[in-house]
Amino acid sequence: MSRWAVWAPLAIFSILVGFFFKGLTLDPGAQPSALIGKPVPPFQLTDLHTGKVLTRQTLPARPFLLNVWASWCITCQVEHPYLTELSDRLPIVGLNYKDSETAAKNWLAKLGDPYATQIFDPSGRLGLDLGVAGAPETFLVDSSGVIQLRIQGEVNDRVYQRQIRPLLETLK
Amino acid sequence: MIPEIGHFALVLSFAVSICLATFPLYGYFTRQQGFLATAQPLTLLQGFTLAVSFGVLIYGFLTHDFTIKYVADNSNLDLPWYFRMSAVWGAHEGSLLLWVLILSLWGVAVALFSRGIPVHMSALVLAVMGIIGAGFLAFMLFTSNPFVRILPFAPPNGADLNPLLQDPGLIFHPPMLYMGYVGLSVAFAFAMASLISGELNSMWARWSRPWTTVAWAFLTLGIALGSWWAYYELGWGGWWFWDPVENASLIPWLVATALMHSLAVTEKRGLFRSWTLLLAIAAFSLSLLGTFLVRSGVLTSVHAFANDPERGVFILGFLVAVIGGSLTLYAVRASKVSESGEFGWISRESFLLFNNLILTVMAVSVLLGTLYPLLVDAMGGGKVSVGAPFFNAVFVPLTAILVSGMAFGPLSKWRQADDPRLYRPLIVTMIVSVVVGLVWPTTLGGEYSIATAFGVTIALWLAIATAVDFVNKARSFGGIRRTFARVERGMIGMWFAHLGVAIVIFGVVMVENHTEHRDLRMGVGDRQQLGSYEVRMTDLSVLRGPNYVADQATFEIYRGDRLYKTVSPQKRRYNASGMVMTEASIDSGFTRDLYIAMGEPLDGGDWAVRLSVKPFVDWIWAGAFLMGLGGFISVTDKRYRQRAVEKQPESCVEGAKA
Amino acid sequence: MNPKRKQRLFTILGLVSGLGVAVGLVMYALSQNINLFFTPTQIAKGDAPVAQMIRVGGMVADGTVDRDPQSLRVAFDVTDFDHNVHVTYEGILPDLFREGQGVVVQGRISGDQFFASEVLAKHDENYMPPEVTEALRQSGKLDQIMGAEAK
Repeated sequence: MSRWAVWAPLAIFSILVGFFFKGLTLDPGAQPSALIGKPVPPFQLTDLHTGKVLTRQTLPARPFLLNVWASWCITCQVEHPYLTELSDRLPIVGLNYKDSETAAKNWLAKLGDPYATQIFDPSGRLGLDLGVAGAPETFLVDSSGVIQLRIQGEVNDRVYQRQIRPLLETLK
Repeated sequence: MIPEIGHFALVLSFAVSICLATFPLYGYFTRQQGFLATAQPLTLLQGFTLAVSFGVLIYGFLTHDFTIKYVADNSNLDLPWYFRMSAVWGAHEGSLLLWVLILSLWGVAVALFSRGIPVHMSALVLAVMGIIGAGFLAFMLFTSNPFVRILPFAPPNGADLNPLLQDPGLIFHPPMLYMGYVGLSVAFAFAMASLISGELNSMWARWSRPWTTVAWAFLTLGIALGSWWAYYELGWGGWWFWDPVENASLIPWLVATALMHSLAVTEKRGLFRSWTLLLAIAAFSLSLLGTFLVRSGVLTSVHAFANDPERGVFILGFLVAVIGGSLTLYAVRASKVSESGEFGWISRESFLLFNNLILTVMAVSVLLGTLYPLLVDAMGGGKVSVGAPFFNAVFVPLTAILVSGMAFGPLSKWRQADDPRLYRPLIVTMIVSVVVGLVWPTTLGGEYSIATAFGVTIALWLAIATAVDFVNKARSFGGIRRTFARVERGMIGMWFAHLGVAIVIFGVVMVENHTEHRDLRMGVGDRQQLGSYEVRMTDLSVLRGPNYVADQATFEIYRGDRLYKTVSPQKRRYNASGMVMTEASIDSGFTRDLYIAMGEPLDGGDWAVRLSVKPFVDWIWAGAFLMGLGGFISVTDKRYRQRAVEKQPESCVEGAKA
Repeated sequence: MNPKRKQRLFTILGLVSGLGVAVGLVMYALSQNINLFFTPTQIAKGDAPVAQMIRVGGMVADGTVDRDPQSLRVAFDVTDFDHNVHVTYEGILPDLFREGQGVVVQGRISGDQFFASEVLAKHDENYMPPEVTEALRQSGKLDQIMGAEAK
C-alpha cells in the first residue's frame, strides 16, 4: 500500500474521536441546573424532630449542604457514612423527601444523624421547587442562601474533592 | 468477608495484567527469554483470579448478599435462581466483569493451544491481550466496581433485575455476544504482534485464522440470540430494529466476516497482507467502539445500561490509546509490507476481494447511519434520527450483489479462473432459481410481490449454487460420506455457512413481505379471523407470578371447526420496579409463527390485541445457527489440531523484515 | 509499468472509486431518510414541514387522551408546556404510554393535526428520550417536570 494511504485509517479515526468527544459533552442525561445562582425557593415546612416551623430564613448563615434523602433510597444509605464524616467540616441540612415520619426517624436512629436540621417534606413540595429528580441529591448553598452547586446521586470523597471543595474555598 | 475476596481477586488480576502487559514486551525488546516466558503463566494467573472474582459475584447473587450494592440493585428475594445467575451480567458492572473474564479466557486458550507458534510471537500476542485487559480492569476498579458494599446497614431486599432482562434469552445472549466481541481481540493481538515484531509474512494469518473463525461463529450466534430475544420479549414481533446497540454488534460482524475471507487469501496466497492487518485491527476496534457506544450513553438506546459521561470519557481515552496506537503502528509498519504474487482478473482472489469490498461498504454504511445523529448533533444540526428505511435501502441491494458473487466464489480457483466451464453449473442454477422465484409468490395468495420473487430467487441462487459445489466435490471424491471424511473441514463449514445465509435471506424476505398483522379491539367472546385460523378470546383473568402481577387473556385458536391450540399471553406488572412488560404468546411452526400479544386495557373491559402470522420467521434464526455451526465445523480441521509443520506459502520467503 | 504494478494500481483505483460511489449513494440515502425532530412550539410557529415524516417530542398532556370506543383510534396532545400538538394515532400504544409522561411521536402534519405512524414512550423510569429532554429544555420546563416525575 502506498505511503500515505496507510495513514488514512488513523486520520478517519481521529475525526471520529473528535465527534465522540463532542458527543459526550452533549450527553442527553445531563441535567440543566437552572437553580444555580438563584436563592433556595421559599418554603414553610416543619422540623422532623421538633415539629418547629422552618423557612428560608432559618437556614444556616454560612455555606452548607442541603441533602435530599429518603428512607426508601438505597444510594442514600451508601452516601450516609460519608456525610457523617463530612458533617464535621460543614453543616448539612437534611431534606427528608416524600417519606413517612416514622420511617425517617427509624432510619436516622439506626444509621446516625449527621444533619444540623431536618426539613420534613412528605409531599415533596420543596423538592419540586428545587427541581429534584430523585434522591439523593445534594445542593451546596452559600451563606446568603444562594444555590452554588447541584449534585445528583451519591456524594463521596471524589465528588467532594473535585466539585464541592473547590467551590467551598471560593465561598469562604 | 467473601465479597472482599472477589474484590481482592479483581485487584490482583489488575496487577497481574499490568505485568502481562509489560514483562513480555520488555523481554522481547531486551531479548530476555525469561521475561518472554512469563506471558503464559501470567495469562493463566489472570484467568484464575478473574474466575474467582466472577465466582464470588455469582455466589453473592445466589445467596442474596444485599450488602453488595450491585446485588442489591439488580436482584430480589423473589427472583428465581436462574435469573439471579444471569443478573450477574444484567447491568453495567457485572457485564464488564464478564467481558474481562471472557477476554482472559481467550488468553488462556491462546496460551494453551499455541505450541506451534514461536515463543516470542505468542508472548507478544498475550501481552497485547494483557494491555486490553489492564485497560478494562482499570476502568472497572476506578469507575464501576461490582463489589462496592452497602455497610453497615444493607437493605432487606433488592431493587430487582430490570424485567426486560428477566428472560431465558438473556442468560445466553450476552455471554455469546461477548465471546464474539472479545474473541476478535485474538486476531487483533496476532496482527499487533506481527506489526510489533515486523514479521509481516503470512504466518500470523495462519495462526489467527481459527481464532477469528470461532469468534465469528460466537458473534453470529450472539447476534441471532439477541434478535430472537427482541422478537419475543420486546419487539412487538419485530426481529431487528436497527437499534444502535444492534448495529454495534452488526458492524464488527460484517468486518469479521470480511476478515475471515481475507485471512484465507493472505494465508493461502500471501496477498492482501496490509489490508488483512487493517481488517483485523478494524474488527476489534469496532467491537470496542460498540462497547463505547453502549456504555457511555453517547447514543441512547433501549439497551443502554449506564448513562454516565465520566465512564464515557474513560472509555474514549482507552479507545484512543488502543485504536489510535494500533493504527499508528499500522501506518508506520504497513507501508513496508511488500505484496507479492499475482492473480487474474477472474480468480478466487478477485471474488474474495469483491466480497471484502461489499462487506466493507455495508459496515461503513451501517456505521454512518448509526453515527449520523451524533455527527449532526455535534455540528449543531439539532436532533435527527435515522430509521429503518435508510438501512433497508442500503442493505438490501448490497446483500443482493454480495450473494450473486457468493455463488461464483466457491466454484472458482486460485490465481486464474476465467475458464467458463467452471461456472457452467450456474446456468442451471440461474434458470431454476429464477423460475421458482417467479412462481413462488403466486402460491402465497394475495397481491403478487416482486420483492418476494426477487428475494426468493437470490436465496435459491445461493442455496443451489452451494449444493452444486457440494455435488461436484462429492462426485470427485466418490460419495457423500467420503467427501465429508476427506474434504477440508473449512470447505464443509463454508457450505453450512453459505446455506445458512440463503436460509436467513429466505426467512427475512417472507417475514418482511408477507406478515399478516392486525391490531384489534377484543373482549371476552370476540372472534377474529387470522389467516386460515380463527382466534377467540375466551377468558380474562388476573394472575400472581413470583415477582409480578399479570393480566392474562386466554385465546382459543381454531382451524376450521377444530380447536388447534389454546394460548395465554400476559401483561405483567413487576412489583419491585412497577415496570409493565408484554409477554406475547408465540406458536412456532416450520412455516409460520402465530403471534398474539396484549396491548392495553380499553374502556368497558376490552383489550387492544395484536395478532400476527409471521411466515418462516424461525428460518432467520435457524439460518444464523447454521452459519455459526459452519464456523465451528471449519476449525475442527486436522491441520489446526496438529502441531502445524506444513509447508509455508511460497510468498513467506520474501516477507518483509523491518 | 509492469503488469503486476498495473494490476495493483487498477485494483486500488477500483476499490477507491467503488468505495467513493458507495459512500456517495449511502449519503444520498441518508439525506432521504433522516427524520428531523421538532418541538411542539416549533410546530405551532409553523417551522415544521407539512406532509414530511418528522418526529415530535414532549409530554402527553393531562386529560387529553381520548380513545375511540369502537376502534383502536386514539387522540392526545403532546405538549412542551408552551404549545400543544394534537396527535391522532391508530394502533397499540407502548406499555409506558401514560398521561404526564414523555413521548416521541413520528408521523406527518396535515392541517392542524399530526398523524402518528409510531409512538415511542420512554423505556423505563430513569430514561427520558433525548428528544423529549430537548423539547422541554427549549421551553425551559425541564426542571419542573423532572421534579414532578420523581417518586
